[in-house]
Amino acid sequence: MSTNTKIAPSTLSIKDLLWQIQWDKDKCTLCGKCCAVCPVNAIELGVFRKRIVETSLEPDKSSSNNFKVFHGIRQKTDPVFACIGCGMCSLVCPNDSIIPFKNEETDKVKFHINRDGQPKKRGGRRNSKGGLLDEIKFIRISMLTDPALDAGRHEFELKTLLGRVLSPEKTIEHLKNKGWIPPVREIYPLIIGGMSFGALSPNMWEGLQMGVAYLNEEMNMPVRICTGEGGCPPRLLRSRFLQYVILQIASGYFGWDEIIHAIPEMKVDPCAIEIKYGQGAKPGDGGLLMWNKVNKLIAAIRGVPQGISLPSPPTHQTQYSIEESVAKMIQSMCMAWGFRVPVYPKISGSSTALAVLNNLTRNQYASGLSIDGEDGGTGAAYNVSMDHMGYPIASNIRESYLNLAALGMQNEIPLFAGGGVGKNGNLAANAAALIMLGASGVQVGKYIMQAAAGCLGSESDRCNVCNIGLCPKGITSQDPRLYRRLNPEDVAQRVVDVFLSFDTELRKIVAPLGRSTSLPIGMSDALGISDYYAAEKLKIKYVV
Amino acid sequence: MCRLFAFTSTEPRSPMIAIDALDVMREGHDGSGVGLFLRDLGGPFENLKDVPILSGIFTEKGLKRLDTYLMKIGFMTKYKISIRVPKKAPKGIPNRDFYIIKAYEYPKDWEDKSLREIEDKLMNIRLRLRKMGEKEQDMIVFSFWPDVIMIKELGDPKTVGEYLDIARDELKARVVMAQGRQNTNYAINLYACHPFFIQGFSTMTNGENTAFIPIKDFLQSRDCKGYAGYQSDSEVFTHILHYTMLELGLGIEAYKHIITPLNNDLLENHPDSHFLKQIKISCRKLIIDGPNCVIGSLPDHSLFMVQDRKKLRPGVVGGKPGMFVFSSEMCGLDAVIPDRDKSKDFQPMHMDTVIVGPERQEVIVCQQTQKLPLPH
Repeated sequence: MSTNTKIAPSTLSIKDLLWQIQWDKDKCTLCGKCCAVCPVNAIELGVFRKRIVETSLEPDKSSSNNFKVFHGIRQKTDPVFACIGCGMCSLVCPNDSIIPFKNEETDKVKFHINRDGQPKKRGGRRNSKGGLLDEIKFIRISMLTDPALDAGRHEFELKTLLGRVLSPEKTIEHLKNKGWIPPVREIYPLIIGGMSFGALSPNMWEGLQMGVAYLNEEMNMPVRICTGEGGCPPRLLRSRFLQYVILQIASGYFGWDEIIHAIPEMKVDPCAIEIKYGQGAKPGDGGLLMWNKVNKLIAAIRGVPQGISLPSPPTHQTQYSIEESVAKMIQSMCMAWGFRVPVYPKISGSSTALAVLNNLTRNQYASGLSIDGEDGGTGAAYNVSMDHMGYPIASNIRESYLNLAALGMQNEIPLFAGGGVGKNGNLAANAAALIMLGASGVQVGKYIMQAAAGCLGSESDRCNVCNIGLCPKGITSQDPRLYRRLNPEDVAQRVVDVFLSFDTELRKIVAPLGRSTSLPIGMSDALGISDYYAAEKLKIKYVV
Repeated sequence: MCRLFAFTSTEPRSPMIAIDALDVMREGHDGSGVGLFLRDLGGPFENLKDVPILSGIFTEKGLKRLDTYLMKIGFMTKYKISIRVPKKAPKGIPNRDFYIIKAYEYPKDWEDKSLREIEDKLMNIRLRLRKMGEKEQDMIVFSFWPDVIMIKELGDPKTVGEYLDIARDELKARVVMAQGRQNTNYAINLYACHPFFIQGFSTMTNGENTAFIPIKDFLQSRDCKGYAGYQSDSEVFTHILHYTMLELGLGIEAYKHIITPLNNDLLENHPDSHFLKQIKISCRKLIIDGPNCVIGSLPDHSLFMVQDRKKLRPGVVGGKPGMFVFSSEMCGLDAVIPDRDKSKDFQPMHMDTVIVGPERQEVIVCQQTQKLPLPH
């Protein structure tokens, strides 16, 4: 076969690409917006030569060829420029003439995204559709034996507690003897999980913070947001809005110089301190803010030089044992705020979660445990970590709750579940299932990015370029040309919409179960599933 | 929905009064079972206040095993009522060999034991007997406690009452609680019948307890062997009462704060705000979610009634000095004390705890918003 171009091992055709651009010549106005907006330059102006054979019907005249040139869109096939399926081209096309389609064949690009020996890194999610949480049904419906409650009319107490809760016996004893009673926050059970200033754009961060402040101050919903590991803007640290914020410290300690120095000037205490030891999307691996996103502002807040990649170590370098140094870190953080602020660790879902939990039960300063399951999202990670590492959240949280119940401490160390909650859009149902399995609350990140800011990611390997600062919606970009696409006020409005609709849906779940006076944590008799082995594992009812 | 009836009287009275009252309220129960709790006993038990009384149902073999077991520990029978029944039980009531009410002399080596030790031992013996009986299906033990008798049986309350001759002279008490069952469970187990009892505390309830599983899990994880059984979701109300008063050392006024704590706005302005906030936090697993009306009897012979947070069940308290009645329905109260001052009848609402103390002179209403008598 002769070719007029060189064929290398990584030479692909459009047929090999995961996302294929379909372009309609008849509708295209050649405005060029699609090529301009494409975050990865997957498409370019194409000049196409076309032969038209003009056959004469008259015998004495010969047929002829007519060569014409037309202009249009050409999709690049170099894996570096492979289309990511974000669909921004469709969004900006005035005539709906272009759209990416997913190839049904196995993705060939995957085999070639490792040039220079660098494995694929990306942001986003695990790209696994389905999930156990969606299979769980709520089956204990109050019928004629007891009145089902009215989600619209009755009074509902759906708040949860974050903080170390003393046993009733110890509470009475400490009240009598004026002993130390650990701080406990009454908060809304849906928490916006840690997404750092740096991973998120300034507009996204501002929008989330405004939404949370509105929910607290206007809607009387004690919603909390975790900063992620990236510090916290100095003005927020010194404002009353800090009480709605959970400050996260992780292995890079980014931004903590600024935070520690701001403590004397803080008007209010933060809601809590989350010590991140692990993240569900990339268990055992550290955070990763790539150099493209480290601009002047981020560098200042994090206390680092500009334009360098910021990989957090996989583990806290100062932590050599859970018995000693982790306990000391928790205690030190408690001490920094005068033992007035709950401090809890966040770990990735793991078969060793129970060992961590058992250890925390013996640490009087540990205020909870957050477990992030395998379906958690991230701004940047190695593809292999994201796709193949991790532990499903449902069974991890259930095991942990039952373990606490066996110790008689199920009310003392609240468990928070994260990782894929609402990944298929069923936020309230997933959250309620986790709560009834034993979680005191749930943390969400991806869902908020999708619902409040229109993140294009889905479980079908779409977009996922959060890591390189090219987020086409401006959610995870530090480039003002991109993040100005996102209006903070609009984000705030959507955050409020999400929480209000979640609240109504949660009531619609708990009211028919006859629950309203307290969040039904551990109400496992309400749950059923048609998978026998899952029912056995989760100790819930098997229903078919 | 079951029907509840209880009275407290300065004079010992027949429990048949309660059964008759249940019969008046029969539209509200289905005649599937009845449970009776008698305390502050009269008749032959008047002079046996301090010795434990065992109540239960036994087969011949079971009775022998009971005697052997208790004698081995050192218990001597002091007084006994054996309820002999006709060979053929009326329709709906199972044939049983013996209904036993037996008062025992304590073993000699218990003399130097503390009250708490004795109480724990009595509970453990009851639990042991229950376990033995469940294994061989030959004993059902309801209570083993001083000055307390319990009788439970399947069938229509009135028919059971007549069949067992509950009106007999020997059975008289100053505090009586009775429940007529509305059966929601075909596999009827007498241990699922109210009232429930643990170490001097007894309650009965109507309505389902939707928060049953988390509460049960919490109680079972406490260090008390008696928090077991749970054939009925209502048994936790008795155990929460026991936990509140005996384990936490709080008064009956605090019970409502444990099972249905005030909302935050009301807590903020409460005179015991700090204390109650901490209790709400640490006892969160004991919050019930109704719909329930709970009537209970305390070791000091008080009788009380509380409602769930939304007050979704009926309940009325009325009477006159010397005798007060707690009833699911007004007609039950009317049937027993028709000549009372009806304007003083009280239907507790979602924040009330109604108590009639051992003096039986007045109805005390504690509102959750009031200051609590706190432990010192």
